[in-house]
Amino acid sequence: MTPAVIAAFEWLPLDTWIVMVGALSAAACALLGSFLVLRKMSLMGDAISHAVLPGLALAFLLSGSRSGVVMLVGAGLVGLLTTLFTEWVHRTGKVEQGAAMGVVFTVLFAIGLILIRLSADHVDLDPDCVLYGAIELTPLDTLRIGSWDVPRAVLVGGGVLLLNTLVIALLYKELKISAFDPALATTLGINARLMHYLLMTLVAITTVAAFESVGSILVIAMLIVPAATAHLLTDRLSLMLLVSVLLAVASALVGHLAAILAPGWFGLTGVSTNTAGMMAALSGLLFGLTMVFAPRRGLLSRLWQRADLALRIAREDLLGILFRLEESGRPPRYRAQGLLRRLAVWQLGRRGSVLAVGGTTQLTERGRLEAAGLVRSHRLWEAYFGTHTSLGPDHIHHPAERLEHVTDAGLQRRLATSLGDPVTDPHGAVIPPADKPAPSAEKSLPPKATGRRLEQ
Amino acid sequence: MLPTLRRVLAGILLTAALAPAGAAETTDGPSGRMQVVRVLTMRDYNTRVVVVGVSLLGLAAGLIGCFMLLRERALLGDALSHATLPGIALAFILMTALGGSGKSLAGLLIGGTVSGVIGVAAILLVVHLTRIKEDAALGIVLSVFFGLGVVILGVIQSLELGQAAGLKSFIYGKTASMVFSDALTTGVAAGLVILVCLLLYKELTLLCFDPGFAQAQGWPVVLLDVVLMALVVVVTVIGLQAVGLVLMVALLVIPPAAARFWTNHLPTMLLAAAVVGAGSGLVGALLSAVVPRLPAGAVIVVAAGGFFAISLVFGRARGLLHRLRQQRRLARTVAHQHLLRAMYELSEPPTAASAPATSLRFEQLLGQRTWSARQLRRTLRAAVKQGLIATADGDTGYVLTPAGRQAAWRVARNHRLWELYLITHADIAPSHVDRDADEVEHVLDPVLLERLEALLSRQYPDLATPPSPHRLERIAALAGAAGGTGG
Repeated sequence: MTPAVIAAFEWLPLDTWIVMVGALSAAACALLGSFLVLRKMSLMGDAISHAVLPGLALAFLLSGSRSGVVMLVGAGLVGLLTTLFTEWVHRTGKVEQGAAMGVVFTVLFAIGLILIRLSADHVDLDPDCVLYGAIELTPLDTLRIGSWDVPRAVLVGGGVLLLNTLVIALLYKELKISAFDPALATTLGINARLMHYLLMTLVAITTVAAFESVGSILVIAMLIVPAATAHLLTDRLSLMLLVSVLLAVASALVGHLAAILAPGWFGLTGVSTNTAGMMAALSGLLFGLTMVFAPRRGLLSRLWQRADLALRIAREDLLGILFRLEESGRPPRYRAQGLLRRLAVWQLGRRGSVLAVGGTTQLTERGRLEAAGLVRSHRLWEAYFGTHTSLGPDHIHHPAERLEHVTDAGLQRRLATSLGDPVTDPHGAVIPPADKPAPSAEKSLPPKATGRRLEQ
Repeated sequence: MLPTLRRVLAGILLTAALAPAGAAETTDGPSGRMQVVRVLTMRDYNTRVVVVGVSLLGLAAGLIGCFMLLRERALLGDALSHATLPGIALAFILMTALGGSGKSLAGLLIGGTVSGVIGVAAILLVVHLTRIKEDAALGIVLSVFFGLGVVILGVIQSLELGQAAGLKSFIYGKTASMVFSDALTTGVAAGLVILVCLLLYKELTLLCFDPGFAQAQGWPVVLLDVVLMALVVVVTVIGLQAVGLVLMVALLVIPPAAARFWTNHLPTMLLAAAVVGAGSGLVGALLSAVVPRLPAGAVIVVAAGGFFAISLVFGRARGLLHRLRQQRRLARTVAHQHLLRAMYELSEPPTAASAPATSLRFEQLLGQRTWSARQLRRTLRAAVKQGLIATADGDTGYVLTPAGRQAAWRVARNHRLWELYLITHADIAPSHVDRDADEVEHVLDPVLLERLEALLSRQYPDLATPPSPHRLERIAALAGAAGGTGG
């Protein structure tokens, strides 16, 4: 049980050990997790960590001890069997992969439960322990190394982390290729199936080593969640491995703190809760935050990119409208409606491209230059569609309207050259000349100061 | 459909009969025997309640599981059932804080339903809004929600609110404590599931087999998906008490997966899955009532696993034995036709069609193809039994009977038509067409033959018995010579 009386927060050596156990196990899991997530086999971790239960029970019944090695071997074997069974049911029985997994691991877990219950007098194994571990008790079970009392769980977790790191470092290239393209791996002479089983064996070993201290629920969380979070942050496998390990360690540390502190936030003083569960929940929180705030793939960032694009298009459309109004000799006045257009007008005004006069909007000299570049792109595209495609004159406006926003100076030049520098578009409108170096792309605009001076 | 059903039922009855018999041996003494009899005849009110409740649960889960399996969302139930834990724990705290008993089943189940629905929504959100694939999304929701539930349970435990121990039964299930109202709730839920499955049978089928087509036809695919999910939520939440949230997914996955081995027909599959689900519940509940200390939820799952294993081996539509039988039947047919063609080709060149068939020696036949003597002897025996081949020369020679000659001619003709087709239309060298034709000759159907004839009739006048593109005389002579020297 948790040390229930921690009235005020006080960091003990005990807490350091707990965090270390959690961090080592979590890091070991997260390393493998990246490969599971990339291979779309995340649930294999779930299946294996449930299915090792009968292996543990049997190993315990046969050996009569909770000796680490016997349990590790027994559960590791069952973990591998789970993989083989699932594969076999999937291939031979032609059962869908997910269902095959579901059948195999639930039956094995149930068998484990029955074994434990039937031999309750002899087996000191608690299914609870398997599900959510007893990380709070791990510092009590120590081994003496030199003059240090090191908790056994730290040694086990560290050992597994070392093993996983070694295997991944040695077989990095092979694992990487088999994760992304098993067929390519096979043609390159790498045994993708062997890599698959190696990975699954590692998952089984890690699961078993970690289950006793942190429980299978934390193992599943750490196998999947940090790796998935890292997947949202980077496209490089090496970086993904690093980030997922860091995230796992962070979840362990913050998770333990939260397990002690969080109940207090809800006015429950003197109460702490399950550390392993909190670590899992924390990793979920990190995932949620990443999902929303990630730099490139986050929801906010994607929303911002979309808004930015919409605003730029609104600005450019506005310039185009004002230019065409001037061109047709009508009073070049424009009253912006709607939030997006008002925002666009405001931005253009700040930049000195348009001038607000008495509630209407006019182009400045600088704005006229920018607009000419845009309209030139538009009409060049119309000319291009008129010449090189079978689109009729009444069908070329819309594609040109879309393309004018993504045409930079170079493309505009090549477009003009390939068309032989046309003077008018298929509608007969004059294509603004390119004598001034101010095509559409905003990047190549002259600095702001120039605009102001022109305006003055 | 009917024989299938009868087999399924027979299998279930057999297992149901055998399993308690095995269990009976573990309890000894006359009183133990009496107890077993009492349980099996369901004389106890409690046993009746539990058995009926669990069987109904298995039935409902089996039905709805079929659609989930076909929708390729078999493991969604796993994430869903784990996601109910924080809701259950929160509901407990809330009800206790409001001065209630905190153990009101309805309240706990409502809490579980709410957080289960949130979990499913989270999965869909993650899959749609990020690059994370469905498997990882399931794993994330499963582990994070369960972790959260464990955290809240930990708080409840250290608050020592009392009665909290009952919450654990949601994790591993507590079938034996089922009371009449539980069985009634399960019954109502099962009735609901059956009703919806019947009413929306066509729509759900369409959704499972071709959601794209359903959408194009204007069916509300999203709404149907929501209905399906809602049914799964209902069944899962009801089942939590019986088998626990870790194993609930087994009842949703195993019966449909087992039923799939017996049939390719959805209504039959639904029926079989319901039967397997109910059967597992029945066997599990009875066994755990007979054997002390046996956790009923786990026994139900293992029983379902047993049905799955039986179906995997014996299933009539996709079972291993069935497929093995089919493969062997095909191999026999192929060997048989190869023998006929070999005899036809050996006896063809020197004799006209009307001439009496020549007798061929075993060694001659053996040299014609790469087949073992044992294989050839077995195929010969079968063909003799069918009356296509007769023994001659005092059992040392074999000769085609008129019926055999007809069959052999057909196979040889198929072979040669395909060879000619490959040579003329696929531009393959005559020396390379034999292998291909060897494989195709067995599966040419009349329609294809007609088209081949139409394609080839211009180049080859004698399509009734087209000549072989190879020099058969030489092969035959060589085979004869080899057989001669060998004999």
